[in-house]
Amino acid sequence: MEQNYPIKKVNIICAKGAIEDVYATLVMGNGAVMEGIETNIFFTFFGLDAIIKKRMDKLHTGVVGNPALRLPGGLRMPTLLGVVPGMEAFTSWMMKGQMEKLDIPPVSEFLDLITAGGGKIYACKLAMDMFKFKEDDLSEHVSGILTVGEFYEHAGGEGSQIIFT
Amino acid sequence: MLQKTYAGVTVDVNEEGYFTNPSQWTKEIAAEIAKEEGIATLTDQHFAIIEFLRNRHNNDEALSIRSINHSGVLDVKTFYQLFPGAPLKKATKIAGIPKPASCV
Repeated sequence: MEQNYPIKKVNIICAKGAIEDVYATLVMGNGAVMEGIETNIFFTFFGLDAIIKKRMDKLHTGVVGNPALRLPGGLRMPTLLGVVPGMEAFTSWMMKGQMEKLDIPPVSEFLDLITAGGGKIYACKLAMDMFKFKEDDLSEHVSGILTVGEFYEHAGGEGSQIIFT
Repeated sequence: MLQKTYAGVTVDVNEEGYFTNPSQWTKEIAAEIAKEEGIATLTDQHFAIIEFLRNRHNNDEALSIRSINHSGVLDVKTFYQLFPGAPLKKATKIAGIPKPASCV
C-alpha cells in the first residue's frame, strides 16, 4: 500500500533582509497557513528587519553583485549601474509595484494575514542582542524572542519540517 | 467527466471534487458539500463570503487570501474560523467554483 506522509508543520528560518529573501519566507509561510499547516517563522540576523516596525515596509533589494537582475525589457543590468545614486531605491520601488499587482501585500500586512490564520512569528534572541534591538522595536505580530534551543523545541513533532530560505 | 449527486442534483466535478460548471450550484448543494468538509451548518456569514467568492469568480478576478481581507464582508481571521484548515480551498469548493490557482 502506498504510504502518505503529509507535512503537518513547517518551521521557516529567514536570515536575510533583502526584499526577495523576506518575501520568499513570507510567501512560503503564508502558503503553509493557507493549507492548514501549523507554521512557525523564525527571523534572525538581517532577516530581523522584516519584523522591526520601523524597517519592515522599507526593505530594499541588492542591485550590486546581483547577476540575475535585469532592466525592464530583459537586458541584464550591469553591476556598475548599481552604484548610481537612487538605483537601489528605484529597483526596490519597481519590485514592490510588481508585487502589488499580483496581490502580494506589504510586509506588515503579510504578517497580519499569517498571524490571522494562526501562524506564529518569532525573533532570534542572539541577533536581537547583537543588533541591540529591544522588544519594543518588534512588530506586534511577534509571539516571542527565542533562543536556538527554544526554536528546536517549537519545531518538534511528527510531520514537521525545517526550511532555511 | 466525473459527476456527483448533492441534494438530489447531479453536478459535474473534477478529480478533486471542485465544480466544473458553477451554474449548477445551489445553496442546498453548498450545505451538503460543507458537511463533507466538516462544517455542520452554513451561517449567513458563510453565505456572504461564498457570494463574494462566486461574484469574484464570475468577474474573472483572481482569488487570494488578501482579497478576502479587502472584501468588506469579513476579515481573514473570521474566514479562518468559518472554514477551519485550508479556508480558501474549502470555501471555493463549497461555493461551487474552481480551486484558486493563487500562491497568496
